[in-house]
Amino acid sequence: MKSNLIDYTLHLADTALILSQRNSEWCGHGPILEQDIAITNISLDLLGQARNFYQYAATLTGGEATEDSLAYLRTEREFKNLLLVEQENGDWGQTILRQYLFSQFQYLMFEKLQQCSDEQLAAIASKSIKETAYHLRWSSEWVCRLGDGTKESHERMLLAIEELWRYTGEMFESAVYETIINVASLKEDWMQRVSAVFSEATLPVPENVFMQTGGKKGIHTELLGFMLTELQYVQRTYPGAEW
Amino acid sequence: MPVQNFEELFQQKIDNEIKIEPKDWMPDAYRKTNIRQISQHAHSEIVGMLPEGNWISRAPSLKRKAILIAKVQDEAGHGLYLYSAAETLGMSRDEMINDLHSGKAKYSSIFNYPSLTWADMGAIGWLVDGAAILNQVMLCRTSYGPYARAMVRICKEESFHQRQGFETLLVLSRGTEEQKAMCQDAINRWWWPSLMMFGPRDSESTNSDQSMKWKIKRKTNDELRQNFIDMIAEQIKVLGMTLPDPALKWNEERKHYDFGEIDWNEFWNVVKGNGPCNKQRINARRKAHEDGQWVREAAMAYAEKKQSKTKAA
Repeated sequence: MKSNLIDYTLHLADTALILSQRNSEWCGHGPILEQDIAITNISLDLLGQARNFYQYAATLTGGEATEDSLAYLRTEREFKNLLLVEQENGDWGQTILRQYLFSQFQYLMFEKLQQCSDEQLAAIASKSIKETAYHLRWSSEWVCRLGDGTKESHERMLLAIEELWRYTGEMFESAVYETIINVASLKEDWMQRVSAVFSEATLPVPENVFMQTGGKKGIHTELLGFMLTELQYVQRTYPGAEW
Repeated sequence: MPVQNFEELFQQKIDNEIKIEPKDWMPDAYRKTNIRQISQHAHSEIVGMLPEGNWISRAPSLKRKAILIAKVQDEAGHGLYLYSAAETLGMSRDEMINDLHSGKAKYSSIFNYPSLTWADMGAIGWLVDGAAILNQVMLCRTSYGPYARAMVRICKEESFHQRQGFETLLVLSRGTEEQKAMCQDAINRWWWPSLMMFGPRDSESTNSDQSMKWKIKRKTNDELRQNFIDMIAEQIKVLGMTLPDPALKWNEERKHYDFGEIDWNEFWNVVKGNGPCNKQRINARRKAHEDGQWVREAAMAYAEKKQSKTKAA
Protein backbone atom coordinates (compact mmCIF):
# COMPACT_ATOMS: atom_id res chain seq x y z
CA MET A 1 0.00 0.00 0.00
CA LYS A 2 2.68 2.44 1.03
CA SER A 3 4.71 1.72 -2.05
CA ASN A 4 1.65 2.50 -4.19
CA LEU A 5 1.28 5.83 -2.44
CA ILE A 6 4.95 6.66 -2.97
CA ASP A 7 4.81 5.72 -6.63
CA TYR A 8 1.64 7.70 -7.17
CA THR A 9 3.07 10.76 -5.44
CA LEU A 10 6.21 10.45 -7.57
CA HIS A 11 4.06 10.21 -10.69
CA LEU A 12 2.37 13.49 -9.75
CA ALA A 13 5.71 15.09 -8.91
CA ASP A 14 7.49 13.92 -12.06
CA THR A 15 4.67 15.10 -14.30
CA ALA A 16 4.70 18.58 -12.76
CA LEU A 17 8.50 18.80 -12.86
CA ILE A 18 8.89 17.70 -16.46
CA LEU A 19 6.22 20.09 -17.72
CA SER A 20 7.82 22.87 -15.69
CA GLN A 21 11.19 22.05 -17.24
CA ARG A 22 9.72 22.15 -20.76
CA ASN A 23 7.85 25.41 -20.20
CA SER A 24 10.91 27.07 -18.71
CA GLU A 25 12.71 26.58 -22.02
CA TRP A 26 10.57 29.49 -23.26
CA CYS A 27 11.95 31.87 -20.66
CA GLY A 28 13.57 34.73 -22.59
CA HIS A 29 12.30 33.39 -25.93
CA GLY A 30 8.54 33.98 -25.81
CA PRO A 31 6.59 35.52 -28.70
CA ILE A 32 5.45 38.55 -26.66
CA LEU A 33 7.02 39.82 -23.45
CA GLU A 34 3.77 39.49 -21.48
CA GLN A 35 3.41 35.88 -22.62
CA ASP A 36 7.04 35.12 -21.86
CA ILE A 37 6.21 36.14 -18.31
CA ALA A 38 3.00 34.07 -18.30
CA ILE A 39 4.56 30.80 -19.47
CA THR A 40 7.47 31.27 -17.07
CA ASN A 41 5.00 31.85 -14.29
CA ILE A 42 3.25 28.59 -15.12
CA SER A 43 6.61 26.87 -15.11
CA LEU A 44 7.26 28.25 -11.65
CA ASP A 45 3.83 27.14 -10.37
CA LEU A 46 4.39 23.62 -11.67
CA LEU A 47 7.82 23.52 -10.09
CA GLY A 48 6.25 24.50 -6.78
CA GLN A 49 3.70 21.69 -7.13
CA ALA A 50 6.46 19.23 -8.01
CA ARG A 51 8.43 20.24 -4.92
CA ASN A 52 5.42 19.71 -2.66
CA PHE A 53 4.87 16.24 -4.08
CA TYR A 54 8.57 15.31 -3.95
CA GLN A 55 8.85 16.49 -0.35
CA TYR A 56 5.91 14.33 0.59
CA ALA A 57 7.33 11.38 -1.34
CA ALA A 58 10.65 11.88 0.47
CA THR A 59 8.91 11.77 3.84
CA LEU A 60 7.08 8.60 2.84
CA THR A 61 10.27 7.04 1.51
CA GLY A 62 12.22 7.90 4.64
CA GLY A 63 15.94 7.35 5.04
CA GLU A 64 18.04 9.92 3.22
CA ALA A 65 15.53 10.71 0.50
CA THR A 66 15.03 14.42 -0.23
CA GLU A 67 13.15 16.34 -2.89
CA ASP A 68 16.47 16.69 -4.72
CA SER A 69 17.54 13.06 -4.49
CA LEU A 70 14.18 12.08 -5.97
CA ALA A 71 14.30 14.62 -8.78
CA TYR A 72 18.00 14.45 -9.57
CA LEU A 73 19.13 10.92 -8.91
CA ARG A 74 16.40 8.75 -10.44
CA THR A 75 16.79 7.43 -13.98
CA GLU A 76 14.54 7.67 -17.03
CA ARG A 77 13.15 4.20 -16.28
CA GLU A 78 12.16 5.35 -12.80
CA PHE A 79 10.45 8.58 -13.86
CA LYS A 80 6.68 8.18 -13.99
CA ASN A 81 5.54 11.35 -15.72
CA LEU A 82 2.92 11.37 -18.47
CA LEU A 83 4.31 11.12 -21.99
CA LEU A 84 2.36 14.23 -22.95
CA VAL A 85 4.43 16.57 -20.77
CA GLU A 86 7.83 15.42 -22.03
CA GLN A 87 6.94 16.22 -25.64
CA GLU A 88 9.00 19.01 -27.19
CA ASN A 89 7.83 22.61 -27.06
CA GLY A 90 7.57 22.84 -30.84
CA ASP A 91 6.03 26.17 -31.79
CA TRP A 92 3.93 28.31 -29.45
CA GLY A 93 0.80 26.49 -30.63
CA GLN A 94 2.13 23.11 -29.62
CA THR A 95 3.22 24.40 -26.23
CA ILE A 96 -0.19 25.98 -25.69
CA LEU A 97 -2.05 22.86 -26.69
CA ARG A 98 0.12 20.64 -24.47
CA GLN A 99 -0.57 22.97 -21.55
CA TYR A 100 -4.29 23.11 -22.24
CA LEU A 101 -4.80 19.34 -22.62
CA PHE A 102 -2.86 18.77 -19.43
CA SER A 103 -4.37 21.61 -17.37
CA GLN A 104 -7.87 20.51 -18.29
CA PHE A 105 -7.00 17.06 -16.96
CA GLN A 106 -5.06 18.32 -13.95
CA TYR A 107 -7.95 20.53 -12.90
CA LEU A 108 -10.44 17.65 -12.86
CA MET A 109 -7.90 15.39 -11.18
CA PHE A 110 -7.16 17.92 -8.42
CA GLU A 111 -10.89 18.38 -7.83
CA LYS A 112 -11.01 14.71 -6.90
CA LEU A 113 -7.66 14.60 -5.17
CA GLN A 114 -8.51 17.41 -2.78
CA GLN A 115 -11.25 15.19 -1.42
CA CYS A 116 -9.16 12.05 -1.17
CA SER A 117 -8.43 10.25 2.07
CA ASP A 118 -4.73 11.06 2.10
CA GLU A 119 -4.58 14.37 3.93
CA GLN A 120 -1.27 15.50 2.55
CA LEU A 121 -2.17 14.87 -1.09
CA ALA A 122 -5.54 16.51 -0.52
CA ALA A 123 -3.84 19.58 0.92
CA ILE A 124 -1.39 19.89 -1.97
CA ALA A 125 -4.23 19.47 -4.46
CA SER A 126 -6.40 22.12 -2.88
CA LYS A 127 -3.49 24.56 -2.82
CA SER A 128 -2.48 23.76 -6.40
CA ILE A 129 -5.91 23.80 -7.99
CA LYS A 130 -6.04 27.58 -7.72
CA GLU A 131 -2.94 27.80 -9.90
CA THR A 132 -4.27 25.19 -12.27
CA ALA A 133 -7.49 27.17 -12.68
CA TYR A 134 -5.38 30.03 -13.99
CA HIS A 135 -3.30 27.77 -16.26
CA LEU A 136 -6.51 26.37 -17.65
CA ARG A 137 -8.07 29.76 -18.31
CA TRP A 138 -4.89 31.13 -19.87
CA SER A 139 -4.23 28.12 -22.10
CA SER A 140 -7.84 27.70 -23.22
CA GLU A 141 -7.97 31.37 -24.21
CA TRP A 142 -4.85 30.85 -26.28
CA VAL A 143 -6.24 27.71 -27.91
CA CYS A 144 -9.19 29.84 -29.07
CA ARG A 145 -7.00 32.70 -30.19
CA LEU A 146 -4.76 30.45 -32.27
CA GLY A 147 -7.48 28.10 -33.51
CA ASP A 148 -9.71 30.96 -34.62
CA GLY A 149 -6.97 33.50 -35.39
CA THR A 150 -5.41 33.41 -38.85
CA LYS A 151 -5.26 30.67 -41.46
CA GLU A 152 -1.65 30.02 -40.50
CA SER A 153 -2.38 29.76 -36.78
CA HIS A 154 -5.32 27.45 -37.44
CA GLU A 155 -3.13 25.15 -39.53
CA ARG A 156 -0.44 25.15 -36.88
CA MET A 157 -3.00 24.11 -34.28
CA LEU A 158 -4.15 21.24 -36.50
CA LEU A 159 -0.55 20.05 -36.62
CA ALA A 160 -0.25 20.41 -32.87
CA ILE A 161 -3.37 18.28 -32.37
CA GLU A 162 -1.95 15.66 -34.70
CA GLU A 163 1.27 15.67 -32.74
CA LEU A 164 -0.16 15.59 -29.20
CA TRP A 165 -3.59 13.98 -29.19
CA ARG A 166 -2.14 10.47 -29.14
CA TYR A 167 -0.59 11.16 -25.74
CA THR A 168 -3.87 12.10 -24.06
CA GLY A 169 -5.27 8.57 -23.58
CA GLU A 170 -2.64 7.74 -21.00
CA MET A 171 -4.05 10.30 -18.57
CA PHE A 172 -7.16 8.16 -18.09
CA GLU A 173 -5.47 4.78 -17.86
CA SER A 174 -4.89 3.75 -14.26
CA ALA A 175 -1.42 2.61 -13.35
CA VAL A 176 -1.19 -0.21 -10.78
CA TYR A 177 -0.22 2.29 -8.09
CA GLU A 178 -2.97 4.73 -9.04
CA THR A 179 -5.52 3.61 -6.48
CA ILE A 180 -6.36 6.90 -4.78
CA ILE A 181 -8.55 8.29 -7.53
CA ASN A 182 -10.17 6.68 -10.51
CA VAL A 183 -8.75 8.59 -13.47
CA ALA A 184 -10.86 6.69 -15.98
CA SER A 185 -13.93 8.34 -14.47
CA LEU A 186 -12.59 11.77 -15.46
CA LYS A 187 -12.45 11.01 -19.14
CA GLU A 188 -15.99 11.89 -20.12
CA ASP A 189 -15.96 15.21 -18.36
CA TRP A 190 -12.56 16.02 -19.83
CA MET A 191 -13.74 15.16 -23.32
CA GLN A 192 -16.81 17.34 -23.00
CA ARG A 193 -14.85 20.33 -21.84
CA VAL A 194 -12.15 19.92 -24.47
CA SER A 195 -14.83 19.59 -27.15
CA ALA A 196 -16.41 22.84 -26.01
CA VAL A 197 -13.11 24.72 -26.16
CA PHE A 198 -12.16 23.17 -29.50
CA SER A 199 -15.55 24.11 -30.89
CA GLU A 200 -15.04 27.71 -29.78
CA ALA A 201 -11.58 27.53 -31.36
CA THR A 202 -13.03 26.09 -34.61
CA LEU A 203 -10.81 23.02 -34.18
CA PRO A 204 -11.89 19.40 -34.78
CA VAL A 205 -11.78 16.82 -32.00
CA PRO A 206 -9.89 13.83 -33.44
CA GLU A 207 -11.55 10.45 -33.43
CA ASN A 208 -10.20 6.90 -33.34
CA VAL A 209 -6.63 7.89 -32.62
CA PHE A 210 -4.30 5.16 -31.39
CA MET A 211 -3.07 6.14 -27.94
CA GLN A 212 0.57 5.91 -26.87
CA THR A 213 1.09 4.94 -23.26
CA GLY A 214 3.89 3.86 -20.96
CA GLY A 215 5.05 6.97 -19.13
CA LYS A 216 3.36 6.05 -15.88
CA LYS A 217 5.26 2.76 -15.92
CA GLY A 218 8.58 4.34 -16.80
CA ILE A 219 8.54 3.51 -20.50
CA HIS A 220 9.04 6.92 -22.09
CA THR A 221 9.61 8.47 -25.46
CA GLU A 222 13.26 8.98 -26.38
CA LEU A 223 13.00 12.62 -25.35
CA LEU A 224 13.01 12.11 -21.59
CA GLY A 225 16.58 10.83 -21.35
CA PHE A 226 17.89 14.03 -22.89
CA MET A 227 15.81 16.16 -20.57
CA LEU A 228 17.08 14.33 -17.49
CA THR A 229 20.65 14.55 -18.73
CA GLU A 230 20.38 18.31 -18.68
CA LEU A 231 18.29 18.56 -15.54
CA GLN A 232 20.55 16.28 -13.48
CA TYR A 233 23.93 17.25 -14.88
CA VAL A 234 25.30 19.35 -12.00
CA GLN A 235 24.07 17.02 -9.25
CA ARG A 236 25.56 14.00 -10.95
CA THR A 237 28.86 15.71 -11.81
CA TYR A 238 29.52 16.73 -8.21
CA PRO A 239 28.03 13.91 -6.12
CA GLY A 240 27.10 14.82 -2.58
CA ALA A 241 27.75 18.55 -2.87
CA GLU A 242 25.40 21.10 -1.29
CA TRP A 243 24.05 23.88 -3.49
CA MET B 1 6.24 82.16 -24.96
CA PRO B 2 9.58 82.00 -26.69
CA VAL B 3 11.44 78.69 -26.54
CA GLN B 4 14.09 80.30 -24.41
CA ASN B 5 11.58 80.81 -21.61
CA PHE B 6 10.31 77.25 -21.84
CA GLU B 7 13.85 76.08 -21.41
CA GLU B 8 14.42 78.32 -18.45
CA LEU B 9 11.23 77.11 -16.78
CA PHE B 10 12.18 73.55 -17.48
CA GLN B 11 15.61 74.00 -15.91
CA GLN B 12 14.05 75.76 -12.92
CA LYS B 13 11.81 72.76 -12.32
CA ILE B 14 14.81 70.47 -12.45
CA ASP B 15 16.79 72.70 -10.11
CA ASN B 16 13.85 72.72 -7.70
CA GLU B 17 13.61 68.92 -7.79
CA ILE B 18 10.19 68.92 -9.48
CA LYS B 19 9.77 65.80 -11.63
CA ILE B 20 9.23 66.18 -15.34
CA GLU B 21 6.05 64.40 -16.44
CA PRO B 22 5.10 63.04 -19.89
CA LYS B 23 2.91 65.97 -20.93
CA ASP B 24 5.30 68.68 -19.73
CA TRP B 25 7.31 70.68 -22.21
CA MET B 26 10.86 69.35 -22.48
CA PRO B 27 13.82 70.05 -24.75
CA ASP B 28 14.12 67.62 -27.64
CA ALA B 29 17.52 66.51 -26.44
CA TYR B 30 16.12 65.71 -22.99
CA ARG B 31 13.41 63.59 -24.56
CA LYS B 32 15.89 61.82 -26.83
CA THR B 33 18.39 61.19 -24.06
CA ASN B 34 15.69 59.70 -21.87
CA ILE B 35 14.31 57.53 -24.66
CA ARG B 36 17.81 56.31 -25.43
CA GLN B 37 18.64 55.61 -21.82
CA ILE B 38 15.33 54.05 -20.74
CA SER B 39 14.99 51.87 -23.82
CA GLN B 40 18.62 50.81 -23.46
CA HIS B 41 17.84 49.92 -19.88
CA ALA B 42 14.75 47.94 -20.95
CA HIS B 43 16.75 46.09 -23.61
CA SER B 44 19.38 45.25 -20.99
CA GLU B 45 16.74 43.61 -18.82
CA ILE B 46 15.46 41.55 -21.74
CA VAL B 47 18.85 40.53 -23.15
CA GLY B 48 19.99 39.97 -19.56
CA MET B 49 17.43 37.16 -19.29
CA LEU B 50 19.52 35.08 -21.70
CA PRO B 51 22.77 34.35 -19.81
CA GLU B 52 20.79 33.38 -16.70
CA GLY B 53 17.92 31.69 -18.51
CA ASN B 54 20.68 29.52 -19.94
CA TRP B 55 21.06 27.84 -16.52
CA ILE B 56 17.40 27.28 -15.58
CA SER B 57 17.33 23.78 -17.08
CA ARG B 58 20.56 22.84 -15.28
CA ALA B 59 20.05 24.47 -11.87
CA PRO B 60 21.56 22.12 -9.27
CA SER B 61 18.57 21.85 -6.92
CA LEU B 62 14.83 22.40 -7.14
CA LYS B 63 15.07 25.35 -4.76
CA ARG B 64 17.80 27.01 -6.85
CA LYS B 65 15.77 26.36 -9.99
CA ALA B 66 12.73 28.07 -8.47
CA ILE B 67 14.79 31.07 -7.34
CA LEU B 68 16.42 31.40 -10.74
CA ILE B 69 13.15 31.16 -12.69
CA ALA B 70 11.60 33.79 -10.42
CA LYS B 71 14.60 36.04 -10.88
CA VAL B 72 14.65 35.85 -14.66
CA GLN B 73 10.92 36.44 -14.68
CA ASP B 74 11.44 39.56 -12.54
CA GLU B 75 13.79 40.84 -15.22
CA ALA B 76 11.13 40.40 -17.88
CA GLY B 77 8.82 42.40 -15.60
CA HIS B 78 11.43 45.16 -15.30
CA GLY B 79 11.73 45.24 -19.06
CA LEU B 80 7.98 45.68 -19.25
CA TYR B 81 7.83 48.66 -16.84
CA LEU B 82 10.77 50.28 -18.57
CA TYR B 83 9.33 49.91 -22.07
CA SER B 84 6.14 51.47 -20.71
CA ALA B 85 8.10 54.33 -19.16
CA ALA B 86 9.90 54.95 -22.46
CA GLU B 87 6.59 54.84 -24.36
CA THR B 88 5.40 57.86 -22.38
CA LEU B 89 8.03 59.81 -24.30
CA GLY B 90 6.43 58.97 -27.62
CA MET B 91 8.25 55.92 -28.95
CA SER B 92 6.38 52.61 -29.30
CA ARG B 93 7.67 49.33 -27.93
CA ASP B 94 7.78 47.92 -31.46
CA GLU B 95 10.05 50.73 -32.62
CA MET B 96 12.33 50.22 -29.66
CA ILE B 97 12.51 46.48 -30.28
CA ASN B 98 13.27 47.06 -33.95
CA ASP B 99 16.12 49.35 -32.96
CA LEU B 100 17.50 46.66 -30.68
CA HIS B 101 17.36 44.07 -33.44
CA SER B 102 18.92 46.34 -36.04
CA GLY B 103 21.79 47.19 -33.69
CA LYS B 104 20.81 50.86 -33.55
CA ALA B 105 19.95 50.62 -29.86
CA LYS B 106 22.43 49.25 -27.36
CA TYR B 107 22.07 47.18 -24.21
CA SER B 108 24.48 46.64 -21.36
CA SER B 109 27.64 45.01 -22.70
CA ILE B 110 27.93 42.79 -19.65
CA PHE B 111 25.40 40.40 -21.16
CA ASN B 112 27.74 39.72 -24.04
CA TYR B 113 29.84 37.57 -21.75
CA PRO B 114 29.00 33.86 -21.47
CA SER B 115 27.61 32.21 -18.34
CA LEU B 116 29.70 29.06 -18.15
CA THR B 117 29.18 27.42 -14.78
CA TRP B 118 26.59 27.39 -12.01
CA ALA B 119 28.79 29.78 -10.03
CA ASP B 120 28.15 32.38 -12.73
CA MET B 121 24.56 32.61 -11.47
CA GLY B 122 25.96 33.72 -8.14
CA ALA B 123 28.55 36.06 -9.64
CA ILE B 124 26.01 37.69 -11.94
CA GLY B 125 23.62 38.28 -9.05
CA TRP B 126 26.28 39.62 -6.74
CA LEU B 127 28.48 41.61 -9.12
CA VAL B 128 26.31 42.46 -12.11
CA ASP B 129 23.11 43.17 -10.18
CA GLY B 130 25.26 44.83 -7.53
CA ALA B 131 26.73 47.22 -10.07
CA ALA B 132 23.32 47.79 -11.63
CA ILE B 133 21.81 48.65 -8.25
CA LEU B 134 24.23 51.51 -7.61
CA ASN B 135 23.17 53.02 -10.87
CA GLN B 136 19.51 52.32 -10.23
CA VAL B 137 19.43 53.70 -6.70
CA MET B 138 20.66 56.94 -8.19
CA LEU B 139 17.99 56.71 -10.90
CA CYS B 140 15.20 56.52 -8.30
CA ARG B 141 15.83 60.27 -8.08
CA THR B 142 16.20 60.92 -11.79
CA SER B 143 14.31 63.96 -13.09
CA TYR B 144 11.90 62.16 -15.42
CA GLY B 145 8.94 61.03 -13.28
CA PRO B 146 7.88 57.74 -14.95
CA TYR B 147 11.49 56.53 -15.06
CA ALA B 148 12.12 57.42 -11.41
CA ARG B 149 8.96 55.65 -10.29
CA ALA B 150 9.76 52.51 -12.32
CA MET B 151 13.19 52.47 -10.70
CA VAL B 152 11.82 52.51 -7.16
CA ARG B 153 10.00 49.28 -7.78
CA ILE B 154 12.86 47.71 -9.70
CA CYS B 155 15.40 48.55 -6.99
CA LYS B 156 13.52 46.58 -4.37
CA GLU B 157 13.64 43.44 -6.50
CA GLU B 158 17.22 43.98 -7.61
CA SER B 159 18.58 44.24 -4.11
CA PHE B 160 16.88 40.95 -3.37
CA HIS B 161 18.60 39.44 -6.42
CA GLN B 162 21.94 40.70 -5.27
CA ARG B 163 21.56 39.05 -1.88
CA GLN B 164 20.50 35.81 -3.54
CA GLY B 165 23.58 35.95 -5.76
CA PHE B 166 25.84 36.51 -2.80
CA GLU B 167 24.21 33.67 -0.90
CA THR B 168 24.68 31.33 -3.89
CA LEU B 169 28.39 32.12 -3.81
CA LEU B 170 28.55 31.84 -0.04
CA VAL B 171 27.30 28.25 -0.22
CA LEU B 172 29.90 27.46 -2.89
CA SER B 173 32.67 29.15 -0.88
CA ARG B 174 31.91 26.80 2.02
CA GLY B 175 31.55 23.74 -0.19
CA THR B 176 33.92 21.22 -1.75
CA GLU B 177 37.28 22.18 -3.30
CA GLU B 178 35.66 21.97 -6.73
CA GLN B 179 32.89 24.34 -5.67
CA LYS B 180 35.39 26.81 -4.21
CA ALA B 181 37.38 26.76 -7.44
CA MET B 182 34.19 27.27 -9.43
CA CYS B 183 33.30 30.23 -7.24
CA GLN B 184 36.72 31.89 -7.60
CA ASP B 185 36.74 31.31 -11.35
CA ALA B 186 33.37 32.98 -11.78
CA ILE B 187 34.47 36.00 -9.74
CA ASN B 188 37.65 36.24 -11.82
CA ARG B 189 35.69 36.28 -15.06
CA TRP B 190 32.91 38.68 -14.02
CA TRP B 191 34.93 41.22 -12.02
CA TRP B 192 36.39 43.36 -14.78
CA PRO B 193 33.32 43.33 -17.01
CA SER B 194 31.29 44.45 -13.97
CA LEU B 195 33.56 47.47 -13.53
CA MET B 196 33.04 48.29 -17.18
CA MET B 197 29.28 48.46 -16.60
CA PHE B 198 29.66 51.99 -15.24
CA GLY B 199 30.78 53.14 -18.67
CA PRO B 200 33.86 55.03 -19.83
CA ARG B 201 35.89 57.22 -17.52
CA ASP B 202 34.33 60.63 -16.88
CA SER B 203 36.95 62.26 -19.06
CA GLU B 204 35.86 60.07 -22.01
CA SER B 205 32.11 60.09 -21.45
CA THR B 206 30.23 62.13 -24.03
CA ASN B 207 26.81 62.26 -22.40
CA SER B 208 27.75 63.04 -18.84
CA ASP B 209 27.74 66.83 -18.41
CA GLN B 210 24.33 67.55 -19.87
CA SER B 211 22.80 64.53 -18.12
CA MET B 212 24.11 65.80 -14.79
CA LYS B 213 22.70 69.26 -15.43
CA TRP B 214 19.29 67.77 -16.26
CA LYS B 215 19.58 65.44 -13.28
CA ILE B 216 19.04 62.41 -15.46
CA LYS B 217 22.21 61.25 -13.75
CA ARG B 218 23.28 62.41 -10.34
CA LYS B 219 26.62 60.71 -9.99
CA THR B 220 29.36 60.32 -12.56
CA ASN B 221 30.55 56.99 -13.95
CA ASP B 222 33.77 57.16 -11.97
CA GLU B 223 32.02 57.99 -8.69
CA LEU B 224 29.64 55.05 -9.06
CA ARG B 225 32.46 52.72 -10.04
CA GLN B 226 34.45 53.73 -6.97
CA ASN B 227 31.41 53.15 -4.72
CA PHE B 228 31.01 49.71 -6.21
CA ILE B 229 34.65 48.74 -5.75
CA ASP B 230 34.60 49.94 -2.14
CA MET B 231 31.50 47.85 -1.44
CA ILE B 232 32.67 44.64 -3.14
CA ALA B 233 36.23 44.80 -1.77
CA GLU B 234 34.69 44.46 1.70
CA GLN B 235 32.08 41.82 0.83
CA ILE B 236 34.60 39.53 -0.82
CA LYS B 237 36.28 39.04 2.56
CA VAL B 238 33.14 37.26 3.80
CA LEU B 239 33.43 34.83 0.90
CA GLY B 240 37.10 34.20 1.57
CA MET B 241 37.75 34.68 -2.14
CA THR B 242 39.91 37.27 -3.93
CA LEU B 243 39.32 39.86 -6.61
CA PRO B 244 41.57 39.45 -9.64
CA ASP B 245 43.33 42.81 -9.29
CA PRO B 246 46.79 42.90 -7.69
CA ALA B 247 46.60 46.69 -7.50
CA LEU B 248 43.46 46.64 -5.32
CA LYS B 249 44.41 48.29 -2.04
CA TRP B 250 42.78 50.48 0.59
CA ASN B 251 43.99 54.07 0.34
CA GLU B 252 43.80 55.64 3.78
CA GLU B 253 44.23 59.15 2.43
CA ARG B 254 41.43 58.93 -0.15
CA LYS B 255 39.30 56.70 2.08
CA HIS B 256 38.69 54.57 -0.98
CA TYR B 257 40.17 51.47 -2.58
CA ASP B 258 42.74 52.05 -5.31
CA PHE B 259 42.41 49.70 -8.24
CA GLY B 260 44.19 48.65 -11.41
CA GLU B 261 43.64 49.82 -14.96
CA ILE B 262 40.54 48.60 -16.76
CA ASP B 263 41.17 47.11 -20.20
CA TRP B 264 39.36 49.80 -22.20
CA ASN B 265 40.34 48.13 -25.39
CA GLU B 266 38.22 45.15 -24.40
CA PHE B 267 35.40 47.47 -23.32
CA TRP B 268 35.20 49.23 -26.69
CA ASN B 269 35.52 45.98 -28.57
CA VAL B 270 32.50 44.50 -26.80
CA VAL B 271 30.54 47.74 -27.32
CA LYS B 272 31.35 47.55 -31.03
CA GLY B 273 29.94 44.03 -31.25
CA ASN B 274 33.04 41.89 -30.80
CA GLY B 275 32.27 40.43 -27.37
CA PRO B 276 32.09 36.67 -26.97
CA CYS B 277 28.28 36.55 -27.21
CA ASN B 278 27.10 39.73 -28.97
CA LYS B 279 26.05 37.77 -32.01
CA GLN B 280 24.31 34.97 -30.10
CA ARG B 281 22.37 37.38 -27.88
CA ILE B 282 20.97 39.44 -30.73
CA ASN B 283 20.27 36.36 -32.81
CA ALA B 284 18.32 34.83 -29.92
CA ARG B 285 16.21 37.99 -29.55
CA ARG B 286 15.59 38.26 -33.29
CA LYS B 287 14.63 34.61 -33.50
CA ALA B 288 12.16 34.91 -30.62
CA HIS B 289 10.61 37.92 -32.34
CA GLU B 290 10.44 36.33 -35.79
CA ASP B 291 9.12 33.00 -34.47
CA GLY B 292 6.47 34.94 -32.56
CA GLN B 293 5.25 36.87 -35.59
CA TRP B 294 2.45 34.44 -36.45
CA VAL B 295 1.36 34.32 -32.82
CA ARG B 296 1.03 38.10 -32.60
CA GLU B 297 -0.84 38.17 -35.91
CA ALA B 298 -3.24 35.47 -34.74
CA ALA B 299 -3.90 37.26 -31.46
CA MET B 300 -4.60 40.47 -33.36
CA ALA B 301 -6.91 38.77 -35.88
CA TYR B 302 -8.80 37.02 -33.10
CA ALA B 303 -9.26 40.24 -31.14
CA GLU B 304 -10.63 41.93 -34.26
CA LYS B 305 -13.06 39.08 -34.90
CA LYS B 306 -14.25 39.26 -31.32
CA GLN B 307 -14.73 42.99 -31.57
CA SER B 308 -16.77 42.83 -34.75
CA LYS B 309 -18.90 40.04 -33.27
CA THR B 310 -19.62 42.19 -30.23
CA LYS B 311 -20.56 45.11 -32.48
CA ALA B 312 -22.84 42.93 -34.58
CA ALA B 313 -24.58 41.55 -31.50
